[in-house]
Amino acid sequence: MSEGPESQRREQVVATALEVEAEPVPLVPELLISDLLRYGVLASLTLVTLGTLVTFLRHPDYLVSSEALQRLTAPHPVPHGLSDVVAGAMAARGQSFVMSGLLVMMAVPVMRVALSLLIFRQQRDTRYVAITTTVLALLVLSFILGAAEG
Amino acid sequence: MTPFLFTLVVLCFSVGAGLLGSLLGIGGGLILIPVLTLWLKVDIHYAVGASIVSVIATSSGAAAAYVRDRMANMRVAMFLELATTAGALTGAYLAGLVAGRVVYLVFGTVMAYSALAMLRRMRAHEETPVPADALADQLALHGSYWDEASGREVPYRVTRPLLGLGLMYVAGTVSGLLGIGSGALKVPAMDLAMRLPLKVSTATSNFMIGVTAAASAGVYFARGYIDPFIAGPVCVGVTLGAWLGSRHLMARMNSTWLRGLFVFVLLWVAYEMLLKGWVS
Repeated sequence: MSEGPESQRREQVVATALEVEAEPVPLVPELLISDLLRYGVLASLTLVTLGTLVTFLRHPDYLVSSEALQRLTAPHPVPHGLSDVVAGAMAARGQSFVMSGLLVMMAVPVMRVALSLLIFRQQRDTRYVAITTTVLALLVLSFILGAAEG
Repeated sequence: MTPFLFTLVVLCFSVGAGLLGSLLGIGGGLILIPVLTLWLKVDIHYAVGASIVSVIATSSGAAAAYVRDRMANMRVAMFLELATTAGALTGAYLAGLVAGRVVYLVFGTVMAYSALAMLRRMRAHEETPVPADALADQLALHGSYWDEASGREVPYRVTRPLLGLGLMYVAGTVSGLLGIGSGALKVPAMDLAMRLPLKVSTATSNFMIGVTAAASAGVYFARGYIDPFIAGPVCVGVTLGAWLGSRHLMARMNSTWLRGLFVFVLLWVAYEMLLKGWVS
């Protein structure tokens, strides 16, 4: 994608946005979804980067010792419950910050589907409300089933 | 190798994978998993877990732009996500049941197929009229996109949504099993079976991949396959690489020789993975 046409199109979309603003329907689906994706990814990457920095600050031996790596890349228990991650983040454990960043990343598509559901509902498109609800249910199911098994 | 050096190496490879992936229109996972497992000796489950998160990252990043440009067909995407999420759940469950060597074998096969599909995509396919389809009409799947080359809005019609749904279930299963986006399977399903224009297929595939990956990521996370130490640098690196690639390199590259080289690399890695699955 090149810069020129993209910004041109953006102007177009913004123009539509302005027109729509005067009317009682304020949602511009494409813009909303695009912003959700963009800021979600940004928030996640910030958390991951911060967490990585904290990890190396708290474990100076990671800079010199090569034994530590063996422990880190071989199969080992990883925090895999929401409560573990939150508890770790509270204790300022760097890896838990990284993990919460990764969880935010996983949540972005789920939020995107939820937002689509709201948009289809506003458009009173019952067929797509049903389709989107099913997709959302499958996504939630994946987290629940995974947690039940783990 | 110290953990710090390891993080740097993984970061560098991830930037490279993201860059190459964005240029070739595939995710970084296909390139990264072999590097992590064959060279850095990371357990394949952690490699797959790291890859699935990076797939969400690149898909979301790229989709943000495609959606804004109204290139992705959001109705087609939502309809097909019914099948990809169901498939991803199946695949992620299979991953827990089957042995590592089976994952290597399937991975090698999919990789070889992707390479051949990429070769085929180099030639354009002939234009025949799109057959009418009642379900596609009912679901209002048809759309239009802005064509830069001709400078006008191009309308298109969609056909065979149920065949598309079936193919997407397969793509979702592969994606859940291997922790890749499987865009190489999604694009032909939309392009060849449902007759969406290639540009729209690519954009819509990118848009869908995030949701497919999120479904399997949930299962991987609960199993403890998503290790922050590995997935963290992979996620940051791939996103950075994909962003650099799409922003600064795309226009300047001659993609023909790049594609050729890439097909060669894919086939070679496919061979390595199949071999590892065979002998272990």
